[in-house]
Amino acid sequence: MSDFTNSFWSVYIALLTLLGIAGCAILLWAQSKAKVEVGPDGKVTQTTGHSWDENLQELDTPMPRWWMWLFYITIVFALAYLFLYPGLGTYAGKLGWKSTGAYEEELKKADAEFGPIFAKYQQQDLKAVAADPQAHAIGERLFLTYCAQCHGSDARGNKGFPNLTDKDWLHGGEPDVIKTTIMNGRHGMMPSMAAAIGGDKEVENVAHYVLSLSGSAHDPIKAAFGKEKFGACAACHGADGKGNQALGSANLTDKIWLYGGSADTIMETIRKGRDNTMPAFKDFLGEAKVHLLAAYVWSLSNDTGAVAQK
Amino acid sequence: MSDAAPKVSVIKMYAAREEIYPREVKGWYANWRWICVWLTQLVFYGFPWLSWNGRQAVLFDLGARKFYIFGVVLWPQDFIYLALLLIICAYALFLFTAVAGRLWCGFSCPQTVYTEIFMWVERKIEGTRSARMRLDKQPWTAEKVAKKSAKHLIWGAIALWTGFTFVGYFTPMHELLGEVKTLGLGPWEWFWVLFYGFATYGNAGWMREQVCKYMCPYARFQSSMFDKDTLTVTYDKERGDPRGARSKSAAKSNLGDCIDCSMCVQVCPTGIDIRNGLQYDCIGCAACVDACDSVMDKVGSPRGLIRYTTENALKNHFTPQQIRQRTMRPRVLIYTGILVLIVAGFLGSLLTRTPLKLDVIRDRGAMGREVEDGMIENVYRLQIMNTDEFPHKYKIKVSGIETIALAGAEEVALPATGSRAVPVRVRIAHGKGQPGSNKIMFEVESTDGSDVEVKEKAVFFVPR
Repeated sequence: MSDFTNSFWSVYIALLTLLGIAGCAILLWAQSKAKVEVGPDGKVTQTTGHSWDENLQELDTPMPRWWMWLFYITIVFALAYLFLYPGLGTYAGKLGWKSTGAYEEELKKADAEFGPIFAKYQQQDLKAVAADPQAHAIGERLFLTYCAQCHGSDARGNKGFPNLTDKDWLHGGEPDVIKTTIMNGRHGMMPSMAAAIGGDKEVENVAHYVLSLSGSAHDPIKAAFGKEKFGACAACHGADGKGNQALGSANLTDKIWLYGGSADTIMETIRKGRDNTMPAFKDFLGEAKVHLLAAYVWSLSNDTGAVAQK
Repeated sequence: MSDAAPKVSVIKMYAAREEIYPREVKGWYANWRWICVWLTQLVFYGFPWLSWNGRQAVLFDLGARKFYIFGVVLWPQDFIYLALLLIICAYALFLFTAVAGRLWCGFSCPQTVYTEIFMWVERKIEGTRSARMRLDKQPWTAEKVAKKSAKHLIWGAIALWTGFTFVGYFTPMHELLGEVKTLGLGPWEWFWVLFYGFATYGNAGWMREQVCKYMCPYARFQSSMFDKDTLTVTYDKERGDPRGARSKSAAKSNLGDCIDCSMCVQVCPTGIDIRNGLQYDCIGCAACVDACDSVMDKVGSPRGLIRYTTENALKNHFTPQQIRQRTMRPRVLIYTGILVLIVAGFLGSLLTRTPLKLDVIRDRGAMGREVEDGMIENVYRLQIMNTDEFPHKYKIKVSGIETIALAGAEEVALPATGSRAVPVRVRIAHGKGQPGSNKIMFEVESTDGSDVEVKEKAVFFVPR
């Protein structure tokens, strides 16, 4: 516990707390000895001394005695509480209760309840899990909670965030690869190629060649010049521009673009490079949940029949 | 206080409770109290045993966050009904109090009702008021021990049954009964059965009038709801005073109608003397009215020396008809008007409620995107909740912009009292809608003939 820089403050607070309780006890005891005046008819005549509206006064009528006992009980309760639970400075309390401990307790309870369900699916092959309607529903909920922020609720991604519902994969779309991606994360990095290609003119030419690879609208003359310089790109994207899933390099021959497929965007990509990170969920979610997520993500681009059964 | 006040004696600041031995009372008002006892307790003890749609008719399932009240299933989103119910209770209290004083306290407050039941047990075992006083004074004999332990045993049994019933509103009663038989209650069930049982035993058996006098906040502010036309239990000083016992021949003496028999004090559950005027300890139970009426019958005087009447009526000698006329005063009419409005709104909204809820959450990650054929697409998450107790199929529709349409699934099936988040893609053709946000409307409609439909507004974003 490092809330205090100096043990003095812990002692100071503990002392104030205990003195406060002792003060209450003394006041209570002194009051139980106090007396009030009574008239000949047995009725209280003493007032609190205040008067309102000239003659309106408050009688100092005795309080019920059980009330006093309630106060004593609260003092006993306070002392017992401070003995058992943390409350006196850095004293941890006899029971050793901690808020983190309470949180872990809740987690344990949740694991005990839902763990068996996750464990059952973890035993199964990913494709089998993907075909299970219940697993699909759990996977969908997990996806909406943990993945939808970047990939969208419909998993169709966004600029810079891959669409997970098509058949185009940077690192591979096999169930096991998807699981690895979620578990360990991915770091996609394309370096700036402007220097290697040489000059703005060349960058534009290469961009048009890249457009031509996927049959997109392009300037054939620029593309022809660009083809000569594409050698610098072929190391990663391959001579045919089909990319390489082992490296995570993009396939340039389809019309699927992570950052956009216009000539300007492609030029920017070549000039400045791209840097992309998918975080690892291994520690955060645990393998059991990732297993379900991987099956769900795979099912998005592979009809498993799980949805139809629902 | 003047300094000359004689200092006769002093007492401690904290006084022990003085035991009150209320005498049993019979009469018109006592009958009404017993009717209230029966009604409230039949409802309280009976409801958890009733069934509806194959489940407990009244069940507050905190774990699943669903409140079942006969045909109505309330979700956390229906919390407004609880607020409205509390407002209705508050206004009803204002209204009844303004018209006839502390009717709630005297006739249907749980403190009064359970005390009434506990006192009945006490009377059956220990006998009448004087017998009870004698019993408490006498030394501990076997008979006294037997009587006292029998009383506390029965009190304890009633209290435990009350605590058990209370928990039965939150845990299905038949499950609970099984758990009780094997003593397998969960820790919280144990706690609440014992706590609620202990509270019943302590409050109705021991604390009694102390709760009304020192704990209950309502006792403290009731006077602010009274006015000079409020019916309260009142002693007619003009008719009764001067008080005193009389012989049959002394009818012509200058004494009032009050024979000072102190019956009204003996029957009072809070131990006050109503003849001292309106006091905050008076819970308006009218026991003294019944007692005094029976005495008046015996001595041959007219009833009503102590009666429900108003301050104005007493001063101006109103007839009952005049008192009734003055009930129609602005304060009462406004309370009634507001109460009728809220009750009507409450019932109307409860009855016309659709058993389907819809929340639309637009994806925050993307503003809007261009997809094949130049269509503009927005993504939403529809949280659809089937609050009905039967499964349903729904169709999702969207409207608001020309060419607007859903891309993908339009049919959703939900289990009974189930909820699901459905990702939905909405598209419009290029060039439709304004750049920026456009108002659209989602509609979810049942397709299985249950005729349920909800609409929810949303925004469609068209990139510039």
